Amino acid sequence: MGQILEIIFTADFLHSIIRLSTPILFATMAALISERAGVINIGIEGTMLFASLMGVVGSAFTGNVWLGVLCAVVSGIAFSGLLSFFHLKLETDIVLTGIALNLMSSGLTIFILYILTGDKGVSTQLASKAVPNINIPLIQDIPVLGSILSGHSVLTYLAFFLVIALAIFLKKTKLGTYIRAVGENSDSVETAGISVNMVRLKALLISGAISGLGGAFMSMAYVNMFTKDMVAGRGFIALAAEAMGRGVPGLSMLSALFFGMADALSNNLQLFNMPSELTRLMPYAFTIVALGIYAAREQRKSKA
Amino acid sequence: MTDHEQVTPILEMRQISKVYGNGVYANQQVSLSVNRGEIHALVGENGAGKSTLMKILFGMEKPDQGEIVLEGKTVTFRSPQDAIARGIGMVHQHFKLVDSLSVTENVTMGYEPVKRGFIDRKTAKEKVSKIAELFELQDELDTATGKLPVGIKQKVEIIKALYRGAQILILDEPTAVLTPQETEELFDQLMKLKSRGYTVIFISHKLREVKQISNRISIMRQGKMIDTVDTDGITEQEISSRMVGTNYSKNLAKKAAEPKEVLLQVKNLTAVGMNKKEVVNNVSFSVRAGEITGIAGVEGNGQNELIQMITGLRKIDRGSVCIMGRDTGKLSIQELRELGMSYIPSDRMEDGLAVSMSIGENLISTKLKDRRLYRHHLLSKKKIRDMANQLVRDYRIKCDSQETPVSMLSGGNMQKVVVAREFTQQARLIIAEQPTRGIDVGAAKFIHEELIRLRDENCAVLLVTADLEELYQLSDNILVMYDGRFSAYFPNPDQVSETELGNYMLGVKIQSETEIGRGCHEEEKPAI
Repeated sequence: MGQILEIIFTADFLHSIIRLSTPILFATMAALISERAGVINIGIEGTMLFASLMGVVGSAFTGNVWLGVLCAVVSGIAFSGLLSFFHLKLETDIVLTGIALNLMSSGLTIFILYILTGDKGVSTQLASKAVPNINIPLIQDIPVLGSILSGHSVLTYLAFFLVIALAIFLKKTKLGTYIRAVGENSDSVETAGISVNMVRLKALLISGAISGLGGAFMSMAYVNMFTKDMVAGRGFIALAAEAMGRGVPGLSMLSALFFGMADALSNNLQLFNMPSELTRLMPYAFTIVALGIYAAREQRKSKA
Repeated sequence: MTDHEQVTPILEMRQISKVYGNGVYANQQVSLSVNRGEIHALVGENGAGKSTLMKILFGMEKPDQGEIVLEGKTVTFRSPQDAIARGIGMVHQHFKLVDSLSVTENVTMGYEPVKRGFIDRKTAKEKVSKIAELFELQDELDTATGKLPVGIKQKVEIIKALYRGAQILILDEPTAVLTPQETEELFDQLMKLKSRGYTVIFISHKLREVKQISNRISIMRQGKMIDTVDTDGITEQEISSRMVGTNYSKNLAKKAAEPKEVLLQVKNLTAVGMNKKEVVNNVSFSVRAGEITGIAGVEGNGQNELIQMITGLRKIDRGSVCIMGRDTGKLSIQELRELGMSYIPSDRMEDGLAVSMSIGENLISTKLKDRRLYRHHLLSKKKIRDMANQLVRDYRIKCDSQETPVSMLSGGNMQKVVVAREFTQQARLIIAEQPTRGIDVGAAKFIHEELIRLRDENCAVLLVTADLEELYQLSDNILVMYDGRFSAYFPNPDQVSETELGNYMLGVKIQSETEIGRGCHEEEKPAI
């Protein structure tokens, strides 16, 4: 136990929490924007996976990392556009459609990968680029804190910046206000002469773009390649994180960090000869336990 | 006041007709003329067609016939947005506000001023503030509307309509949710709006308020416009008799009731609704075997909630219901039915029937425990068919076969399916809620005769109806409900005129506690 604590209270561990939280944070913000518009975006998992492959492919073919990121974002938007078309236009059930698209994404990415490389598991044959890490001047020189906060990927900083941007967007812009209003009482928005479906479409597309960034982080920063099913449930964990953050950007960020910590813990516990099959369970076990505690508290509150 | 300059109508609705899918005329050749700067009341019972007419005016429904003339020009509204653009605003009975947004955000929704991509809060607030001053609400502009009391929320809705440029303001039963004090305040504000040249259309069935606030009154009954009159030239009683209609004939054979033991006993029953208001307030009465007790009242005075509590559809907040001497508080609906309760709900499409299923399936749906329907422990199609065919014959349900889906039947025949099911399960207590609403005369007469037959066979019948003719024809005694309480008990309906009844229905008159207490049918205990 003492050994575990020793590891937890190191700068390295805290640094890794921030790194591992990044994809969950992107996914959480993607979940947040659609959830506030009253649509639960089950498709984030598949959107991220598809975008992570497209990021790799884009950067490999253009030779430019930023064009790769752009590719990931555009494919994220396209993927959630598909979800929107089914849900908003054809009025299919969002959960069923989301699940179908997630399964399709899992198969489609492997198929595309195989066509391009002949490999069904990893994209090592593609010369994809990595998003650079940056050191923040001044902060990097602060002892301990510097080594925790500095030296992360550009996308990590973007993720945290996004939390603030989303908070302002929801509060201060027309679209942000409509999104909140649609999620709470879509009737009132309809009578005000605003198309509820249009608002939801925009929210879902933004959600797709943010998922795209999350996907780009997975394959171009977290590791530098695409591997089969590499998103590994983060898109679902994000839904839990968003719910526990009650749709508030700041609180949702905290719960994303909590799940990032679970992830970091599971990596580190392997050092203690714990079977990796068990430690890898950690983030998911954390999710279900945290959701249980959260739900029980909410229930007690609503009864009181 | 220069009354003579105000006689040009700002709005005319001419010969408006609207037929709903089930063939019911909601509006039949209705004409309405509203003058600029007046408060125009639109009165009528529920189902009289007021709301439909106003929905047509606000672009929420399209008329089948007729035209709308606004300031001399014929207009067509395809949506509420069209109506808003032409200066018509509506305050719905159920508010369309987003609770977590501020007053300003709600008011400006869809019409926000924007500066550099962000909502220009300062300008928005200034604009809203100008209108809010009229309502002394300028200090609440940043408050989330969810935290405001109902009366204020309603003001926010009015401000919202004015912000969108409404010149004609439709208020749909605005006082239904308000306390008397809030109502007074609303009226003050409406007078202010009127003095500023706004036109107000005020939907209500509370005649006292209508009398107090309006300049003219249009009275609707059963989808037709009965009359438009100056408020000063008519009394509440006269409005009420025109709203309700008076001509009916007693052509139903019925012998005097012979009431026996009490089968339904309701004691101090209370239902708390939204806003913590008591929708049913400490109500006691009883119904005896061999009598029909009628509950009269303008709809929305607690009859629905009362029946829901008796039939087990709604939790009892306070008080008790005893059926056949058993307290029903902990019994399931199925157990209530086994005790001998049967129920004809007012909404047959929604609560009474599964309309997509066949007549036969609907008829047996409450009889699934009946061994006679089974063969080798499984439901037998043949036995179901035999029972259903018998009921279809007995209750004269007009249909091709018992396999026809209920949705294909006319309203009257649908109701016969409900009645056939409910009257054939050894019922002792029958709760009949608007049993003949919207059905043809023949089917109605049949149902009336059945109710009287069951009464004579020693059932207790509790009848809730908005149809006075039906009430007088069937009831052996009448309770009148007003504002969640009983306002009168008449042991002998023949001796009360419908005008008198109307006074109690509208709360113009209220009987003493002891007089109403007679509805419990308890022997006077001798004083010791």
